[in-house]
Amino acid sequence: MPDSLALDPRDRGGLQQPMLIARDLRKHFPVKGSGNKSVQAVDGVSFTVDKGETLGIVGESGCGKSTLARLLLHLVMPDSGELIFDGDAVGVPDGIAVHELRRQVQMVFQDSYSSLNPRMPIRDSVAFGPFVQGKKKDEARHIARDMLRRVGLDPSLFGPRYPHELSGGQKQRVNIARALATAPRMVILDEPVSALDKSIEAQVLNLLRALKRQFNLTYIFISHDLNVVQYLSDRVLVMYLGRVVEIGPIEAIFERPLHPYTRALLASRPSMDPARRIEEPPISGDPPNPIDPPSGCRFHTRCPFAETVCETTDPALGTWQGLQSHVAACHMRDPLSGHSLSGHA
Amino acid sequence: MTDTLILDEPLDAFEEQALPATRVRGYWQSVFYRLRHDPVTLVFAAVVLLIVLAAISAPLIAPFDPYKESIVGRLKPLGWHGHLLGTDELGRDMLSRLIYGGRVSLLMGVVPVVIASLIGGMLGVVAGFVGGRTNTAIMRTVDVFYAFPSVLLAVAIAGAMGGGMGNGMLALTLVFIPPMCRVAETATTQVRALDFIEAARATGARTTTIIRYHVLGNVLGPVFIYASSLISVSILLASGLSFLGLGVRPPVPDWGLMLSTLRQSIYVVPLVCALPGVAIFITSICCNLVSDGLRAAMDVRM
Repeated sequence: MPDSLALDPRDRGGLQQPMLIARDLRKHFPVKGSGNKSVQAVDGVSFTVDKGETLGIVGESGCGKSTLARLLLHLVMPDSGELIFDGDAVGVPDGIAVHELRRQVQMVFQDSYSSLNPRMPIRDSVAFGPFVQGKKKDEARHIARDMLRRVGLDPSLFGPRYPHELSGGQKQRVNIARALATAPRMVILDEPVSALDKSIEAQVLNLLRALKRQFNLTYIFISHDLNVVQYLSDRVLVMYLGRVVEIGPIEAIFERPLHPYTRALLASRPSMDPARRIEEPPISGDPPNPIDPPSGCRFHTRCPFAETVCETTDPALGTWQGLQSHVAACHMRDPLSGHSLSGHA
Repeated sequence: MTDTLILDEPLDAFEEQALPATRVRGYWQSVFYRLRHDPVTLVFAAVVLLIVLAAISAPLIAPFDPYKESIVGRLKPLGWHGHLLGTDELGRDMLSRLIYGGRVSLLMGVVPVVIASLIGGMLGVVAGFVGGRTNTAIMRTVDVFYAFPSVLLAVAIAGAMGGGMGNGMLALTLVFIPPMCRVAETATTQVRALDFIEAARATGARTTTIIRYHVLGNVLGPVFIYASSLISVSILLASGLSFLGLGVRPPVPDWGLMLSTLRQSIYVVPLVCALPGVAIFITSICCNLVSDGLRAAMDVRM
């Protein structure tokens, strides 16, 4: 972690104060014509992001990753829960206002095609943020040129072009430039490389890493690809059906996963060794319907170790062994839960 | 943040910068480029331009006074005593009246469409962007107007308010607002769902700023195409209103009105009587074809 972080004039809480604290965030989308039913996209998610770190968020599609990202920027209003940015609660009278939050937190979207205005030259797309936040048009253009250069696009060659003239990787670079143009302190990357070829993916990941160092950024990196998360993240948060099942430092998660879902995710990565091909998928079937999630532990319908207690009781996140910072929500880890494997798994 | 940072950390990006050697062209530039290479549209656009120019410079090019009557020179065939296109039932020069009539017809064709585009387009953008109850309120109101055929609606409104050119234009404007609103609403709804609107919101931009910079540019195309196709409809409806006596009042020359008053004389000078109809036909078909050409030129996948 670079020491220069504390020098940021916008820093309020100091290095010890986490950049972002999310407490019990909840968002249920009502389903039309179903009475009171709702999609429980994000259901009581809590975590912290320290200054200067990269928090990876992984999970299957539909587990609420993208909704969580939008909640963090108040692009979608949470039903309940609390968001604390650098010590200030977001959107409450004596905290930090949402528009102020948006000056300090930016987002890169997954779909590089639809995230750029097709009728706007890309230099204007990049300059829009600074312009909206009060810079003069000339200044905003100047920032846009600088940002394009920093993401590796020649501003005089690419600036006047339209999105349809760019490749997917180039468009994603523009999206990154756009997010950084307002000089944010934290960037939420919502599957920024999922739609890219593997070769381009590596370039963009390296770019993100270099930019993080240059600008002292804090990242929240959302992906379904564990390899990509491993490459960039310091800590990982694993989501399943709108809930956090495990959070921990990257090495701990990859070497000693505590939750069976995390283990299944890790085991489902294709092996590089032809002798160790995966014959049986470690996890089968689709995730259950988030409109009507399973009782107790939400993973019990697909968990090979599920017992009665898993169906009836909701496991809490807790530190069970090893690192203090490594927490998981599984009855097998809790010696008092009554699960037959608890205590010696 | 100094500029030397970029030199400290050379980025690996530049191998990806190969681009086809095309000229950089904006959206409207490429539309004009396509139009320039579409001879059919160009020809019809030239005809429309000719009609417009003739209407504008009517006092200069009309050979006779369009209001000057002549008892002896009534209903004369083409070419009679210098009257190139003959005379009408009051002995007025047909060519001059057709040229002057173009003024009224084009005005009735364009003005209602422009006003309806502004009002309907604005309503549609608001309905599409705000969504929810605002959308329901606006669009359901619009749907009520859809229940009536446009001709019937125009006749009903013009009839209720009384004839005259102003009321005729007002009636046509009211008829065109609902479909215009619908087109703008559809285009806005499509744009609103895209991530770049969300990205703009994430920078803290206000709704009005987002609409101005990110929505209007994407809605303008469809609205413009639809408006251009409505011009010929408007000309036809305006002529229809005048024909029924609900539009322009005599003796003002107007193609629809001329058609109406000359129709009793169809057995006397059939060619002369058909002329206003021909003028309406040529103008509206040219407008339609130009509109089709525009649609093709603007249909760029971006």
